[in-house]
Amino acid sequence: MKSLRRKLLGPQIPPQDLAANPEKYRLPGYFLIAASILLLASIFLPYWKMTLLAPQYPGGLSVVAYLNRLTGDVREIDGLNHYIGMRPLEEAAQLERSLSIFAVTVISLLVLGAIFVHNQNAAYLSLPAMLFPLIFLGDMYLWMRHFGLNLDPTAALSGAIEPFVPPILGEGSVAQFRTVASLQPGMYLALLASLLILAGLYFHRKTYKPLVDAQANS
Amino acid sequence: MATIFSETLSRPTAFGELMQIMSLDQAHAIATSKKPGTRTTKEESETMRRPRSTQILYLVIGLLLVFAVVSACGQAEGSDQAASVDLGEEIDAIVQERGLTPDDISAALQTYMPSGEHDDYIMFASGGQSGQVLVIGMPSMRLLKVIAVFTPEPWQGYGYGAEGTMEVLAGGQVSGQDVLWGDTHHPAISETEGDYDGQFLFINDKANGRVAVIDLRDFETKQILKNPIAVNDHGGTMVTPNTEWVIEGGQYAAPLGWEYSSLDNYAEDYRGMITFWKFDRESGRIQYDESFAMELPPYWQDLCDAGKLVSDGWVFCGSFNTELATGGVEDGNPPFEAGASQRDMDYLHIINLERAAEVAQAGGTIEVNGFNVIPLDVIVEEGLLYLAPEPKSPHGADVTPNGEYIVVSGKLDPHVTVYSFTKIQEAIAAGGFETDDYGVPILDFDSVLEAQVEVGLGPLHTQFDNQGYAYTSLFLDSAVARWTLGGDFSDLHPEEDWTLVDKLNVHYNIGHLVAAEGDTVSPDGRYLVALNKWAVDRFANVGPLLPQNFQLINIDNQGENMQLLYDMPIGIGEPHYAQVIAADKLSAWEVYPEVGWDPHTQSLHPDATNLGEERIERNGNTVEIWMTAVRSHFTPEHVEIEEGDHIIWHITNVERAYDSTHGFSLPGYNINLSIEPGETITFEFDADFAGVYSYYCSEFCSALHLEMTGYLLIQP
Repeated sequence: MKSLRRKLLGPQIPPQDLAANPEKYRLPGYFLIAASILLLASIFLPYWKMTLLAPQYPGGLSVVAYLNRLTGDVREIDGLNHYIGMRPLEEAAQLERSLSIFAVTVISLLVLGAIFVHNQNAAYLSLPAMLFPLIFLGDMYLWMRHFGLNLDPTAALSGAIEPFVPPILGEGSVAQFRTVASLQPGMYLALLASLLILAGLYFHRKTYKPLVDAQANS
Repeated sequence: MATIFSETLSRPTAFGELMQIMSLDQAHAIATSKKPGTRTTKEESETMRRPRSTQILYLVIGLLLVFAVVSACGQAEGSDQAASVDLGEEIDAIVQERGLTPDDISAALQTYMPSGEHDDYIMFASGGQSGQVLVIGMPSMRLLKVIAVFTPEPWQGYGYGAEGTMEVLAGGQVSGQDVLWGDTHHPAISETEGDYDGQFLFINDKANGRVAVIDLRDFETKQILKNPIAVNDHGGTMVTPNTEWVIEGGQYAAPLGWEYSSLDNYAEDYRGMITFWKFDRESGRIQYDESFAMELPPYWQDLCDAGKLVSDGWVFCGSFNTELATGGVEDGNPPFEAGASQRDMDYLHIINLERAAEVAQAGGTIEVNGFNVIPLDVIVEEGLLYLAPEPKSPHGADVTPNGEYIVVSGKLDPHVTVYSFTKIQEAIAAGGFETDDYGVPILDFDSVLEAQVEVGLGPLHTQFDNQGYAYTSLFLDSAVARWTLGGDFSDLHPEEDWTLVDKLNVHYNIGHLVAAEGDTVSPDGRYLVALNKWAVDRFANVGPLLPQNFQLINIDNQGENMQLLYDMPIGIGEPHYAQVIAADKLSAWEVYPEVGWDPHTQSLHPDATNLGEERIERNGNTVEIWMTAVRSHFTPEHVEIEEGDHIIWHITNVERAYDSTHGFSLPGYNINLSIEPGETITFEFDADFAGVYSYYCSEFCSALHLEMTGYLLIQP
């Protein structure tokens, strides 16, 4: 029982060492707590935005992606997309959006959990949160690719517009529209959280590696 | 280099001359006149930390420097590149080729509106016999819209099936008959505390004695009312300072309530009238039952104006034909034009509206044709009406911005006559009046007179600015007179009080004139428009019926500096009066607030239809259709019915994009709709003619607009 606990959570901190150097053992935790808070906060902020520019829309049309919803001129963009046979945006990533709040909460809590783990398992617990921005962008890319390449062949402009994948970042163009896609504050928080996790894990390793090594040699 | 520099700048080109003649201040003022209401793009407003005037000054200096340096280099080194960027010469060439004067160029610079820029002011002008209202941007004088009011208008889908519009037009029926035109005369923008608030617009139809209400959230007519006691009107519409009442004064006396009486009984049976329509902002409608009229002597009441500030609660109307002439030139009688112009004085009507409303409320009315009317004997008894002599056959009665003076122009007298409200009150309090034949007290002319100013021939109407000047149109002189006000206004202008300052010729035969917010408690000045009846030689000849001519005038500079800026032909009817409001006071909707909106009730339509809810239901001989419109299709696209069916058809435009209006045309059944974004429209008809009908979108909506169609199949 004790060995299983050691195996999962790593060695205990020698009490006299903890008393002598409390900050050393708290430092990784600061980074991980901050990362966890940022990631949770990002739930309330937009992650990504695409603006479509065309002469007849002087203010542009935009779609803004939050973790769990799309806002902006979705109705108008869907209206335009029907001409080229693209499915309504709401149909994309429905499962991901329905689970996202729950999932981000869980992976944030895992990061917090990692604070109490004193071996390499801390990295495994933090990994989903650290990779989350990539997961988000990757998933969105796959959906955009799926939507862009699977246009309804019976649509009005089916012949005029070749299937396409709009750039997930930066500028692209389709028909008379120029598209500009950019990351939004939520994504920046998530990216910052990833960096903080990375830093936290660095100090975690620095702090606990000697203990783990000592445990292995004993 | 320095010599070349100065040579270049002092080279006497036409453009250089212009810059010298136009004072720097003037050029600067023109270049920098960016007033509230002008929209700027986001980037522009973000970068506009520095005042625009400074930016432009730098720009002008910069351009001049570039011009000077480039010219200098060109001359010094003989480079060919100079000519290609020589802005001065290019403009110079245009000036020479068109023979433009410095005044022309100044006028052009003041009125030119670069693409995408918006005007500072919006003018609502009556459309005269077209029965419509014109919406015009100022100072560019671009026609923005023609609002259908008394006359069906197909583009707006007004009067071609859409239920709400049919109801509004039916409100204007006369003796149960459709009257599908009007002679719109005097628009009135709703006011709050005597200032335009931009919420509603009212206008009368002189020909048929009707009043209409336009909602400025969507610029559409919501109500037309027929005056139940008068055949026609003239002195309307004006509003009281908080738009509690919409004023409709009469004109040609007649037996009230459409009764018959011989002209031999003119003095006994014929009457003038003034009607006060109670307006309710909440519902955006005139409340018929709370409105009332006053029976007036059979003088021909003319234009009215509501008092404001000190004179709030009072109404002033001019009148003519106090001679009680009845015409009959064919029988050897003097014609009206002579008979009604015999006396040197007619009567300014001074009406105590506040008290009249109390009397009406307390039941001091009789019913004429089902409408509440305060009879003349009650009016005399309650002291609701006083008369003051006014010089010959006046047209306008206009209250100054502070409410203290009433300006009257006798059109056959070269003066404007100014009455003091304070003196009127003193004269009323003093009592001891003479009365007219109807027992109405007549105030002594000299006791209520403040000033008379000789302005010229044929003075008609007066407006005001923010510099203590009044402006009076001179029909016979074809001119606008600028003259000074006294009292509170004395310090605003450098000239003596109550004197003529300037006269500007206009082209030709000016009727009304309008200054920016020129009849409110706080006029803006800046611009004045002369609403000229004749154009004669101003435009290319388009046949014997010529357009009217709206002339824009800059009134910004004091003294003898009124400047004519622009001629705008009006080829749709003969406008009478107009009102001009600062554009930023208007806040019309871009699209209707929600999908399924009924503009007639300004609330959700009970038959609003969303995507996926479209259906056709039959109930006996009645077929009801719930349809949606979106770029670029109607749903359903097939409607199959049988001859003799009664059809109730609802269409909802589910679009939310700015400007994504759809039309709906159904040939053969006289149906044409304009379904604006979010709007739901219902129309009904009997399918009396079998056949195949294609309905289609009649407003070019998208690349596949032509495909936006469907078939109505009516089986025999």
